[in-house]
Amino acid sequence: MNSTTSIVSILLAGILTNNMVLSKFLGICPFLGVSKKVNTALSMSIAVTLVMVIATAVTWPIYTYLLYPNFTYLQTVVFILVIAAIVQLIEVFLKKFIKPIYNALGIYLPLITTNCAVLGITMLNITDGLNFGLSLVNALAAGLGFMLAMILFAGVRSKLDTADIPEFLKGLPITLIAAALVALSFLGFAGIGG
Amino acid sequence: MKSKNLSILTNGIIKENPVLRLVLGTCPTLAVTTAAVNGIGMGVAATIVLVCSNLAISLLRNFIPDKVRIPAFITIIAGFVSVVQMLVKAFAPSIDKSLGIFLPLIVVNCIILARAEMFASKNAVLPSILDGLGMGIGFTATLTLMGAIRELLGAGTIFGLTVTAEFIDPMIIFLLPPGGFFVFGILVALSNSLAKRQGKPVVEHLGCANCPARSACKNAVADGEIPQECEKVGGGDE
Repeated sequence: MNSTTSIVSILLAGILTNNMVLSKFLGICPFLGVSKKVNTALSMSIAVTLVMVIATAVTWPIYTYLLYPNFTYLQTVVFILVIAAIVQLIEVFLKKFIKPIYNALGIYLPLITTNCAVLGITMLNITDGLNFGLSLVNALAAGLGFMLAMILFAGVRSKLDTADIPEFLKGLPITLIAAALVALSFLGFAGIGG
Repeated sequence: MKSKNLSILTNGIIKENPVLRLVLGTCPTLAVTTAAVNGIGMGVAATIVLVCSNLAISLLRNFIPDKVRIPAFITIIAGFVSVVQMLVKAFAPSIDKSLGIFLPLIVVNCIILARAEMFASKNAVLPSILDGLGMGIGFTATLTLMGAIRELLGAGTIFGLTVTAEFIDPMIIFLLPPGGFFVFGILVALSNSLAKRQGKPVVEHLGCANCPARSACKNAVADGEIPQECEKVGGGDE
């Protein structure tokens, strides 16, 4: 009972109230950089979600059983190296065995190593003191939240192409202002799920 | 020679300001600038890492094999970040608290990896240190400015000192995420119009031009399609 409610509240928080991009400011680079088209935004966010969940599944046991309590200061170094290795492994694995998925997502994988959303979520799982199962749920929720923000924003940006934008704001500024408005709409979810 | 060094130092402060001109490190820029003092804290921490990692990478540039350079850079950077993290925790716990997860996330701050990849791995030690210092100062100055603007509008204070809070109701929205995007958008627009006046190119959109993972991206070209954003750069941005 208790765990079902916490799973639901983690999912709600990750997707809506504490959205990875729009309220925690993690993963802004892909959010602004790869959101020009809805389908590239979707592929990128699927790749990010996949890496987030797998990275959490690997880093959580490493932290809990190897680093804690004596070597916690190694967290940053170990996590980033583990994530880099995982991304490489996923790339090799997909290339070898599941070629269609590699063709769709492969190009985004190298970008994900230095994506702060992935390192961020693995660290937040530790600082929030979540157990293994809830950490995985949290990573999944964060990935889905990232996906929602990316797709919504890609939709908004496709409208911007035909909009009459003041000369002063053309280019990156109007993209940021549009992001501000999308973030504003997400403020409306505050309070849902406690 | 001296003037060349000086121009490397000032390059990062105005001409190639990492935040407003290169649009790197947007995550910490948006996240920690709810107060001017946070901007300084983040900026100084990142500057220390930037200078140290540029120094180390420049010294090791002839020893790191080209194929594994990105993981090697990340390891070096992560080492310095851990050191800075421990120092901040020990000597400035309040800054550690307000920066939170963004302190360890300096590891994946694009500015640091980008400078390692584009400058320190190709240049001698002294210019690399100056480049790191210049970029760090530019980063710190922009973050502090943005923190001050958001703090003034959102809380009516600057560096915690009350300025307008008594006669203008603070607009809390500027401390919330939408305010961050908005203020950043306006600052980029201002820097764009200043650049235009001087006949320099404006920042059109966040592309791959300054992405530290660009080389990996270009390798992917041979295997198939690449996103449009990357294609543009591959087409001859340099």
